[in-house]
Parts: sequence; C-alpha cells; structure tokens
Amino acid sequence: MTRSRRFDGVDWGLLGVILSLLAIGIVTIYSVTSNGQGGTFPIFVKQAVWIGVGALAFVIIASMDYHKLARLSYILYGLGLLLLVIVMFSGKSSRGAQRWIALGPVAFQPSEFIKIPLLLMLATYYATQTRSGWLYRVIVPGLLALPGFFLILKQPDLGSSLSFLAIYITLLLAVGVKSKAFGLVLLSALMMFPFAWGGLWGSLHDYQKERIISFVDPAYDPGGKGYQGLQSRIAVGSGEFLGKGLYGGTQTQFKFLPEGHTDFIFAVFAEEWGFLGAVVLIMLFLILFLLGLDIASKAKDMLGALLAVGVVGMMAFNMVVNIGMTVGLAPIVGIPLPLLSYGGSATIMTMAALGLLLSVKRRRMTLIQ
Amino acid sequence: MSDRKLQENGLAELQQRLVLLKIGVLVVIGLLALRLWQLQVRDGPYYRELSQNNRTRSILLHPARGLIFDRDGKLLANNVPSFNLYVELKDVNDREVLIQKLVKYLDIDESELSKKFRARGTLTRVKLKGGLTLREAALIESHRLDLPGVVVHPEFQRNNPQGPYAAHVIGYVGEVSEQQLSQEYFQGLHPGSIVGQYGVERMYDQLLRGQAGRKLIEVDALGHEKRTISVEKPQAGHDLYLTLDFDLQQLAENLLGEEAGAIIALDPKTGDTLAIASRPSFDPNALSRGLSSKEWQNILQDKRHPLTNRAIQGLYPPGSTFKIIMAAAALETNEVNLSETIQCRGRFRFGRRTFRDWKASGHGTVNLHKALTQSCDVYFYKMGHRLGIDAIATYASLFGLGKKTGIDLPSEQRGIVPSTEWKQQARGEPWYPGETISVAIGQGYVTVTPIQMAQVIATIGNNGVAHRPRLVRGVRRRNTGEVETWPMAKAVPLGLNPVFVEAIQRALASVVSEGTARRANSPLVTIAGKTGTSQVVALRADKRKDTPKQFRDHAWFLSYAPFDNPQIAVAVLAEHAGHGGSAAAPLARELIEAFIKKNGDKTRLGQKRERPIL
Repeated sequence: MTRSRRFDGVDWGLLGVILSLLAIGIVTIYSVTSNGQGGTFPIFVKQAVWIGVGALAFVIIASMDYHKLARLSYILYGLGLLLLVIVMFSGKSSRGAQRWIALGPVAFQPSEFIKIPLLLMLATYYATQTRSGWLYRVIVPGLLALPGFFLILKQPDLGSSLSFLAIYITLLLAVGVKSKAFGLVLLSALMMFPFAWGGLWGSLHDYQKERIISFVDPAYDPGGKGYQGLQSRIAVGSGEFLGKGLYGGTQTQFKFLPEGHTDFIFAVFAEEWGFLGAVVLIMLFLILFLLGLDIASKAKDMLGALLAVGVVGMMAFNMVVNIGMTVGLAPIVGIPLPLLSYGGSATIMTMAALGLLLSVKRRRMTLIQ
Repeated sequence: MSDRKLQENGLAELQQRLVLLKIGVLVVIGLLALRLWQLQVRDGPYYRELSQNNRTRSILLHPARGLIFDRDGKLLANNVPSFNLYVELKDVNDREVLIQKLVKYLDIDESELSKKFRARGTLTRVKLKGGLTLREAALIESHRLDLPGVVVHPEFQRNNPQGPYAAHVIGYVGEVSEQQLSQEYFQGLHPGSIVGQYGVERMYDQLLRGQAGRKLIEVDALGHEKRTISVEKPQAGHDLYLTLDFDLQQLAENLLGEEAGAIIALDPKTGDTLAIASRPSFDPNALSRGLSSKEWQNILQDKRHPLTNRAIQGLYPPGSTFKIIMAAAALETNEVNLSETIQCRGRFRFGRRTFRDWKASGHGTVNLHKALTQSCDVYFYKMGHRLGIDAIATYASLFGLGKKTGIDLPSEQRGIVPSTEWKQQARGEPWYPGETISVAIGQGYVTVTPIQMAQVIATIGNNGVAHRPRLVRGVRRRNTGEVETWPMAKAVPLGLNPVFVEAIQRALASVVSEGTARRANSPLVTIAGKTGTSQVVALRADKRKDTPKQFRDHAWFLSYAPFDNPQIAVAVLAEHAGHGGSAAAPLARELIEAFIKKNGDKTRLGQKRERPIL
C-alpha cells in the first residue's frame, strides 16, 4: 500500500464516469448557447462554476463519515422544510413558479437541496427502526416525507416533488416491505387516486395540465402545447444513426427546440451525436448506476447500503424520466438530466449525493483495513 | 434477536434485493435504448425530413414584367421597387394577436387584414399589403422579433409612368385568382403570382409575365431568414412594342375630357392602332397596387362604368355612319346606280307608318353622292326597302359588323347585325319589313362598337381592303435581346367594285368640304368622313333640345386623311353629345391635324413604312 491514504477507497472508475458525464454536459450546453445567448458570462462558464462548487461539496462529503451526517439528518431535513416555507412566502418567482431563494447574485432551489436531507433521514430511519409491520415501514416514513413533498408540489415543481417521492419509494423497495404491506400502499394509493385527482388536478397550474394533456395526445396541437414534445422527438429522431455533428443540430441551432440547455439537453445531444452517441451516453449512466448499486451491496452496514441505493434510485429516476420525456415515453414534467442539464442547485445537489456514495464506499474500505 | 443481528439479516436481505434492482435498472435502460433505436434508426429518415421542413421555406421570387413601349419607344409600363409585406402562415401561432400588432404599424383596416389571413389552397405565404410606405416598412422591421412569420420583401411593382393615360389599352396587373389558376392560360403559375388582369397586360400576359424563380431559405423558429440554401433566379418577361402613338393617345383622351366616349385612330394601310381612347378612365397604378374592397366597390358601382373600354365594349347604334355600308350594299347589288336620283320631301311612307328625314323640308333631288354628303335619310330608307334586311346584313357582316374585329385586347364585344334569321333566333319573332327602314339609317336593332366603325372607315379609305386592327408590332426577347417585328395583319380585300369605292370616297370628302361635317374641314389636310347621330330614345325632332343628358343622342364621326393617300382613320363616338357634325367632327379634325403635324403629309411618299422598332 504505497498510495496515500487520502485516496484510499476512491473509485477511479466511478470518478471517470462522473467526469465524462459532466464534460458531455458542458460541451452540449456550449453548443446550445454559443450563438446568441450568454451575454458577458456565457452559460457554459456558469455551469463550470457550478460544477466547481459541486466538486467541492463532493470532496467534502466523500471525506466525511456518513454516520456523522446521518446523525444530523433530522435537523437538516427540518432546515430544508424551513427553507421551503420561506420560498413559499418570499421566494423568487419565475415563469409562474415560486422556487428560488435569492442569495446575493445567485438564486438557489431548496427543493433540490432538501432531497439529500430526506435521503439521509429516511435511510437513518430505516437503519435504526427495527420494528417491522407496515405502520413503521410505510406510514411513519411516509408522513415524514409528506410535508416536503407537498411544499414542493405547491411551488409548483412537479418534477422535484416526483423525484422526492422516488427517493421514498426506492428505500421502501430496498428495505423489502413485506409484499402484503407494499401491496396495501399501492392499493390504497390507487383507491385514493380518483379522490385525490380532483384536488390534485385543480391545484395544478395550467401549463402542468397542458403538459399532461399533451402527453396523452401529443399531436393535438403541434404549434402549442405538444410543441416541446414534438420538437424534441424530431430532434432526437433526425439525429439518425450518426448524428448531425457538434453544432450541426438544426433543431437546436434554429431554436425549434426549447430549453435545449436544461430539460431537453438529451435531445440536443442525441441530435448531434445520433443513436451511437445516445447509446454511449445511457451506457455511461448504466455503468454509474451499476457501480452505485455495487457500492450498496458491499456497504459495511444498513445505513451505508440504504444511502447508496437511495442515491442511485434518485438519479436513475431523474435520468429515466428526463430521457423518457425527451423521447416521448413520459410526460414533460420538468426534471433535469443529472450531471448534464444546466442548473446550479441540481448540479451541486447531484454531486453532493455522489459524494455521499463515495463516502459509503470509503467507509467500507476502512472497515476492511 | 439483537438489534445487531437484525441489522445483519436486513443487510443480507437487502443485498439480495439489489440484484433485482440491478436487473430493473438494466431493463429500464434497455427500454430507453430500444426507444432510441426506434426514433433514430427505424424512423430516423422520417424525423430527418420533419426537421428539414421545420427550417426550410420556399419563397416565390416574382419576375420583373416585360416593359411596354409605344411606337416611338416611349415607356408606357415599367416596374418600380416596392416593399411588400408577407406572412408565413406556418410560423404564426396566434393570428389574432399578430393582427392586433400589425394594425398598429400599418395603415390598413383590421377586417381587411384578417381577410388576407384566410389561407387559400396550398399557399402558406400570403401577401398582406403591397407598397408599404417607408414608415410602415421601418416600423415592421424594427419590431420583427415581435412579429413571428412576418417578412418585408422588396419586390417589383407595376407602374405606368404616363399616369392614367392609355389605361384601357395597357390595363393593370394583379394577383392571379384561384379561378384563373384553373384556366389553361395560367397553367404553371403559382398562387400569388402577378398576372395581367386587363388590356394588353392581360392579352400578352404570357409574354410579359416572365418566369418566377424560387429561393430556398433556412429559417429559425420565428420564421426569420438565417441562410439561403439555393436560388433559382426569376426570368424577366419580354418587352412589348405597341403600335400606339402615345402623343395621339394623350390628345384623344384630352379631347374627350370628362365626357364619356371613345376615339380610335387606325393606320388604314396596316391596321396599326395609333390611338384607342375611352372615357371615363381609371388609374391603372392604383389597380395594380391593389385596391381595398371598398375602393373596388366604388369603381364597380360607378354609374359611368370607368372600367368599360367603350372603344371595344361600348355598343351603340351606328346612326348615319351606317349609310356608308348601305351605299356600298346598294351599289354592289345594283339596286341603284350612281346617277339615279330620288325625290326627298322630308318623309318616307311605309305602309301606315311615316319615317321622317332629319331635315323636315327634305333634300330635294338626291343621288348617292348627295345622299351621303347631306346624309339624306329618305334616300337610304328607299335603299333599305329595296335591299331588304338580309342583303343589308350580308354587307354589314362583310364590313366586319356583328363580329369581333380581332384587335388584341380582351373582352371585345360583337354588336348586332340584325337579319330575319337573327330575329327568329334572338326574339322568336319574324322580321317586319318596317324594321328594315330603321336599320337603313343605322337605328333599330343594329348595334356596333367604335372599333368596328373605325375598321369600316379605314377599309373605305384603304380602297376596300381591310386589316385587322392591332396593338402590338413587335416584341423584344429578354433572354436574347433579339427584336421580333411582327408583320401587319393580312390584308383582306372585301371584293368591292373600285368604281363604287371611289364614288363613296368622293362623297365622304364632300361631307367634310360642303356637307354635314364642315366643322371637320381642315386647312392642313383633306379629310373625308361621315357624321352620325344615333338616337338613344325616339323623340320628336323639335323636342330634342332640352332633353336630359342621358336621353340625348350619341354623336359619331368617321373619317380618314389625307384624302388621296390615307395615313390615318379616326372614329369618334361622343356619348349623349348631340350631333355628329358639331360634337364629334371637330375632335377628329384636331386629332388628324396633330397627326399630320407630327408625321408630315406623306401623300407623296407612296407606300412605305414597316418601320423598324429600334
């Protein structure tokens, strides 16, 4: 063992995949925004800054003992809820949604950051909660997650609230709720659905309703509501096997595709790099997830395993829904593609979560020593 | 079981489940890959095409129309640059919002504007307004980011530099209508193309219109041009050289002034139309620019019918000018000879009816020469009686009445040459011999157009040889620069006895020197002619003076000059102007004098001129 202890347990494969995805993201954002937009501070430079901040968070969290973080989880979650309440009353609005807290020159989204406290809290809860039965396995943690879920949904941020839900369900699946109890949750959710739907539908903003309608029937108004979805599919499809090349994406360059640097970044990439590039990209994600699940399966304790599974579950959910909506398999709910989409809060949160993943791995290594 | 033990059990259990999770992730990502294959490989070409259509627009490039010149090379129609406003309907999401915005920047009615938005057929690029003012163009351009799909396109606008003169001859242009697109003449044109709608513009549209080009451009999501992919240049139309003498045309129109009527000047030896004036007129520039529907309504409902080209579409009884044909018919059929005289006592009894002469006291002893000179009605009543309607019809047709002269203008009228057969077909009644008497002096059922009568007098002046009147004498091919001089229309001898023709000519000279048209007498040149006064309604002679204008007689004068070598034949019709001798003859004289002053009395030059165009 000649290597410095500081890098012990560092998964170079994992790091390589993460860096590759970040690089793809930067190049794609550059391609979308290089002509026209940007002003004095080009968007890809901003994203590089966010990645730098994210890298810091990644290193700090990776070098910490996740047990220490777990002990703080309830407090952190409480702080997160507090921020969400602040957002509700004095947050910054943009495009009909109140999601941001302004902090000097930058604004951040508490709805992104609260996902980590939630994950820590739920993992801690399951790791320490020894009692079985659906009350303790399903209802109690569900009630813990509920305030956050509703505060985010209210903003409204359908995408974030769904990925919030995804963390809860991933952990539920991981701890192996007895099929009877799990079935009961699904059943009651299904039974609740018609009753909840009325209230839920009414609380949705018009653009959210339109998105859901346009998912059901995307061709009903190609110039309007289904426009994003259609232009996105045209972008992906017209890339064909080899793609149109960097900067060659006409859907992107001529601005037919909206939100090319954020939610629809995958469409931009797929248009430029074709089927070949798109498959390489999703394979990178697959490797990342498998490595993550591998860390989970080799974790030294329940908490570590649950944290790792949670990180992978959250990222996989975001990735699948994001690409799904880009290729017309899922409704357009506004979930960014992890590590690629432009956005400070999401990038930093994702990298922090990956730091947690590495932390879990490094504890395992120390244990073996 | 201790907590620790339980934990370890849980962990082991979890690790088993992770295998299932891994499989789940693999399956979901596999599904994504499958979907990508579907979109990008299986349906890739389809989406590629969609993306091409997304960003390419095909724009029609209108060609410059051929120029139109008069016989001296004076420019009568050209093209001037104009800013035209188009909208690409594909790029407009909300028409109402766009209309609201445009109304602010344009001098246009909101209802007028929304009408234009209704797409026709496959046309997706619609012209909203032509001839923008600089202010309008600047306003639109500075707000273009706010106006998706709206494009200001510099194009050519048809222009008649001579203003409203020769409007009926040159005509105007306009967008091809849907109905026209289905006609063979307009085959191969695209919606939105500019075509001739009237006059020579319409008649020779195929020569003038040129060939449209196409520009393929790449646009962004707002429909604004980013890059040109390919350009197929439009080809300009060919230039036309008219037989028209614009100086004469202008004079003819000024002579008519505000009064309704028509003046035609032909070259009797070639059929060249030197002038063809019709009043009231219209502004061809305004019509070519495009009128609002209200302006159109005003023109269409104008009781004076400015859009009617009276020279070829106005139908009038020929009145006494018909006596030329009557004289020829009577002589050719030997119903009378040159020396036979009849007695005119101012009336002619036929059955129970009495037909009056215009001169109540009568003309006394009258032969053919005097009958024409004095325009004796009784003489021609008798000739009509002798000839019968069908013989009259035969000679009227021989002179070209009842059919189009074939002048190269659209929508020429035929007029009516009555006959027993015609009456049976048109009215389902037999011909009454009394009706022949009216026809004999150019009243009754017979109607003619001024151009027909111009051809009649030109034929007499040209010793009984007719030419189809024509307006175009040549064309300059734009692609080769080569000039084609078109030959004059084929000479058609009517087969009249030269002795009779000469007798009629001498009589017509006397009409001017000592007869009913003394006011056409010119010190400059010997003019021959025939007056006519055609009744609009039958009124007693003594009551005619104070009748309201619309019931007053039409004044005719047919003439040619110089008498012994005719260079110009002029027909004048002045609506409701009164007597031919006083109201029409002076106009013809002025026109002939102007022509002679300009061209000289070419009496001694003999046969000449098929003048080259350039």
